[in-house]
Amino acid sequence: MAQETEKEILGLSDVTIRFAGDSGDGMQLTGSQFSDTTALMGNDLGTLPDYPAEIRAPAGTLYGVSGFQLHFSSSDVHTPGDTPDVLVAMNPAALKINLKDLKEGGMLIANSDSFDAKNLKMAGYSTNPLEDDSLSRYKLFSIPITSLTSLALKDSGLGIKEITRCKNFFTLGITYWLFNRPLEPTLAWIETKFAKNKAIADANTTVLKAGYYFGENTELFTTRYTVEPAQLPKGIYRNISGNEAIALGFVTASKKSGLPLFLGSYPITPASDILHYLSGFKNYGVKTFQAEDEIAGIASAIGASYGGALAITTTSGPGMALKTEAMGLAVMTELPLVIINIQRGGPSTGLPTKTEQADLFQAIYGRNGESPIPVLATATPSDCFNMSLEAARIAIKYMTPVILLSDGYIANGSEPWKLPHENEIPEIPVHFWTDKENFAPYKRDENLSRPWVKPGTPDLEHRIGGLEKAHITGNVSYDPDNHDFMVRMRANKIKNIENDIPDLEVKYEQEGDLLVLGWGGTYGAITEAIIKVRAQGKKVSQAHLKYLFPFSKNTREVLKRFKKILIPEINLGQLTTVIRSEFLVAPISFTKIKGLPFKSSEIQNKILEVLGGSNGK
Amino acid sequence: MANNIDTQVKYTAKDFTSNQDVRWCPGCGDYSILAQVQRSFPEIGKKKEEIVFISGIGCSSRFPYYMDTYGFHSIHGRAAAIASGLKIARPELSVWVATGDGDLMSIGGNHFIHTCRKNMDLKILMFNNRIYGLTKGQYSPTSEKGKITKSTPYGSVDYPFNPLSLALGAEASFVARTFDREPKHLQEMVKRAAEHKGTAFIEIYQNCNIFNDGAFSILTEKETKADNVLILEHGKPMVYGKENDKGIKLDGFTPVVIDLKDGKNSVNDCLVHDEKDPDPIRAFILAHMTDHAGMPTPIGVVRQIFKETYNEGVERQIKHITEKKGEGTIEKLLFTENTWEVN
Repeated sequence: MAQETEKEILGLSDVTIRFAGDSGDGMQLTGSQFSDTTALMGNDLGTLPDYPAEIRAPAGTLYGVSGFQLHFSSSDVHTPGDTPDVLVAMNPAALKINLKDLKEGGMLIANSDSFDAKNLKMAGYSTNPLEDDSLSRYKLFSIPITSLTSLALKDSGLGIKEITRCKNFFTLGITYWLFNRPLEPTLAWIETKFAKNKAIADANTTVLKAGYYFGENTELFTTRYTVEPAQLPKGIYRNISGNEAIALGFVTASKKSGLPLFLGSYPITPASDILHYLSGFKNYGVKTFQAEDEIAGIASAIGASYGGALAITTTSGPGMALKTEAMGLAVMTELPLVIINIQRGGPSTGLPTKTEQADLFQAIYGRNGESPIPVLATATPSDCFNMSLEAARIAIKYMTPVILLSDGYIANGSEPWKLPHENEIPEIPVHFWTDKENFAPYKRDENLSRPWVKPGTPDLEHRIGGLEKAHITGNVSYDPDNHDFMVRMRANKIKNIENDIPDLEVKYEQEGDLLVLGWGGTYGAITEAIIKVRAQGKKVSQAHLKYLFPFSKNTREVLKRFKKILIPEINLGQLTTVIRSEFLVAPISFTKIKGLPFKSSEIQNKILEVLGGSNGK
Repeated sequence: MANNIDTQVKYTAKDFTSNQDVRWCPGCGDYSILAQVQRSFPEIGKKKEEIVFISGIGCSSRFPYYMDTYGFHSIHGRAAAIASGLKIARPELSVWVATGDGDLMSIGGNHFIHTCRKNMDLKILMFNNRIYGLTKGQYSPTSEKGKITKSTPYGSVDYPFNPLSLALGAEASFVARTFDREPKHLQEMVKRAAEHKGTAFIEIYQNCNIFNDGAFSILTEKETKADNVLILEHGKPMVYGKENDKGIKLDGFTPVVIDLKDGKNSVNDCLVHDEKDPDPIRAFILAHMTDHAGMPTPIGVVRQIFKETYNEGVERQIKHITEKKGEGTIEKLLFTENTWEVN
C-alpha cells in the first residue's frame, strides 16, 4: 500500500453519479445507501433507480444491467440529473449501456476484474476498452474491485460466492471516500439489516472500510470532492421515496380521520412497496390484505369502506384495467375509496420497471357508463404525502372513489422531505349517520354526498348495490327519468369538487407568451428547465396540475392568459387532448415515451424552440 | 320493536323480512331458501344490525334485498372478496354471502377458493340450480356434461365442478349440502354455519323451474327421495332408504351400498359419519359418492374442522405488535431515526 498522501479536496456545488452493474451486483442498494448518507449530510438530492424487470438476468448481459442515478447538490435539486459526472461500471455490459450518458471528461470507475474475455464478448466489445485508449475522453479509474474485496475477506471464512457478493460495499466505500461521506450511517444500517447473520454483517463492514481506505491510500486518486450542505428551509428532514410517502400519507390520513386504514392489494411493480410499507404498520391499526388478484384487491377495499374503514387499493396500469368494473360499483354505491395507480410503461405488461404517464385517459374516462371519478396526480416523491391526504379527504367528504396517479419515477425516486408536525396537518372530518328518523340511503347533504352508515348501526338496516338507485330511497330503479337524474347528479357531485380544491398556481409572469403546463412526475425536469431558460433572460411561466378531474376552477382563465401553452408528457399527448377538449385551446404537445423521465435539457431545448428567439429580449 | 338480544326480546322470521317485493319467478326454489333463512335467523344469537348479506350477480344475488339486515348487492363473482374486506375491517359482524353456481364457481371461482384457503370467517350460501337463470338459460359450471341449453344446442362438452369437492380441496373448514325442498334440514344447516368460525360453505340444491326444472326431482319427490338421499349425522351410521334398509360401507376407498335386510350385513357394518375427522379423505369420498352409479346423494355437514380464522389471525397480530411497539402516532410515524435537522 502506498504511503498516505495529502490529497486535495475540491469543493463542488453539484454532482450526478450513476452506479451501474449486473442486476445481481447490488447497485440499487449501493445507490440508496449513498443517497441516504448524502441526505443525512444535508445535501438536496434526487434519485432515479433504473433496473430491469428480471430479478437476476443472466450475468454479464446488456439487458441485465441495473442502474441507480443520484444527483446531489449544495443548492435546490429538481431532477436526478441529466448527465452523470461519475459513472461506476461494475462490468463491461454496464459500461456499454451507460457510457453514452457520461459527461465528456467525466469520471469513470470500472471494476477491471470483470472485464474478462467472456464478459467483454457478451457486452459486444472486441477489445478491452479499459486498455485500448477508447476511454481517453474520460477520467478512467480501473480498479480490481472483486480481487480487492477477496483480499479484504481472505480470513473471513466465507465462501467465494459470499465474498464476491460483498463487492458493492467496496465500491460504496470508494465513492464515500471520493465524495467525503461518513461511513457511520451505512455501518449502522448493516448492523440492523444483517443482525441475524453476523458473519455477513462483519464482511460487509470490513469491505466498506477497505473500499474507503483504498481511496485514501491509492495513488490513483489525487483529489477528493466535497459538496456542501444545501440551504434548505429550517426543519427536520428525512429522505423519502414516493411510495413510502404514499404509505405514510395514508397512515396519517387514518389518524387524522379517526378511521382505521385498510389496504386491499395484489403485488405489482412498481406499486408493491406501498403494500410492503403498510404491512409493517400493524401498531397503527393498519390492515393490509394481500388479495388473490387485483379485482379482490379493490373489492375487499370496497367491502372495508362499506364497513366504515378508510379503504385504499394500490396497483399499476394492468391492475387498473382489472379493477375497472369494481370502480364503477364504488361510483354507484357512492362509497369512499382511493385507488392508487403507480403508472408504468404500457400497454399490456409493457415495461414493468420503467416510468410512463400513459394512464391519464384510463383514469379519467376508462369505465363503462357515465362514471365520474376525481383524478389527482402527485408531482414529486414528498408530494405523494400531501396528495394522499388530499385524496382521502375528497373521498370521505364526497363519498366517492378517487384515483391518485403516481408513476414509477416518483415511486422509486427519493428526495429530502421537510417533515410536517402533527399539528400542521389538518384534520379530516368524518360523519357516520346514526339518526334513524331522517335516514334515507341516497338522501344528500350540501356536498351532494349520501350518508355513510356503518353496518352495526341499529335500525338503519338497508341495502345498496350496483343497480341504478332511486333518488333518496336508494331502492332499485329502472325509471328513465330517475336514471337521467341520477347520472347528472353523480356528475354534478364530482364537478362541484372544483369549488373545494386550490387554484392552479402560475409561477413567474402571470400572463405572457409561454406557459409550460405539466402534471405528475415531469415536475422536476420542467422546473429545472425553466430555471435555466429564465437564467438566459427569457420569459416563460410554469403551472403544474395536481387535480386532473375536475380541474381547478381557474384553469380556463389561466390558459387564456398565455399565447402559447407547452405540455411535456411521457405519453402521446393525453393531457394535451384533455385540455384541448375541455378548454378549446391548442397546446403544443411535447412527448417522449422511452420508459425514462425527461431530461431537463430536453425540455429546455423545446422551450427555446417554441420561444423562437424573440421572447424576453 | 326492540331488537336487542341482550334484553331477551326474541326476533321472529318477520323481523328479517324487508319491505321489498320479492321478484323471483313464481315457483322458484329461492323462495324456500329465503323463508328458511328468515326462520333460522332468530336463533343464531346475532343482533339484526350486526348481520350483513353480500351477493354478486344472478337470481340468487337478489337475496339481500329481501332480508331486513344490512345488505350489499355487488358485481358478478366478487361477493366473497367484498365480504372478506368487510369482515377484516369489522370482525364483529356476521357476514353472509348469497350466491349461485355461476357467480361463485365460474366468474367468482378464484375468490371462492382463496376465501376457503384463508379460512375467512364468512358464511357462503350457494344456490346451485346447475343453470344460468338471470341470463336466461345457459349451462353453468355445475351443469352435467352433455347438457343441452341455449349456449350448448348440441350438448355441453365440459365436465362440471363438484362443489363439495372443490370446497374441501380449497380447505374450507365447514362444508355442507342441503336442499331448497328440505326446510328443516336447510334451517339446521344455516344455524350450524352461523355457529361455525371460519369459512362455512353450504351447497343448496335449488330448483329453477323455468330453465332447469326438475334437476333434483329424484332427490325431492316423495316416491324417490328416501332411496336416493343419505342424511349425514355426526357419529351415526350411514343408513338410508324407505325402511332404513340400506347402508353405506367402505370397500377400500370405494363406498358401496349394502342391504341391511339380507341377513349378511347389519348396521354395524355401516360407515359411521365423522364430520370432525381431521383427515379429509372420507369427506372427499362423501363428496364424490354420486360419481358411482346407484349411490345416494349425501346431505348434511360433510366436514367441520376448527382452525384459526384469517380474521382471528389479523387481530392477534395487531394486538401482539401493538403491545410490543406501542400504539403508533403521527409523530412516531414521521420522525424516525433517519432524520436530520437543518438549522
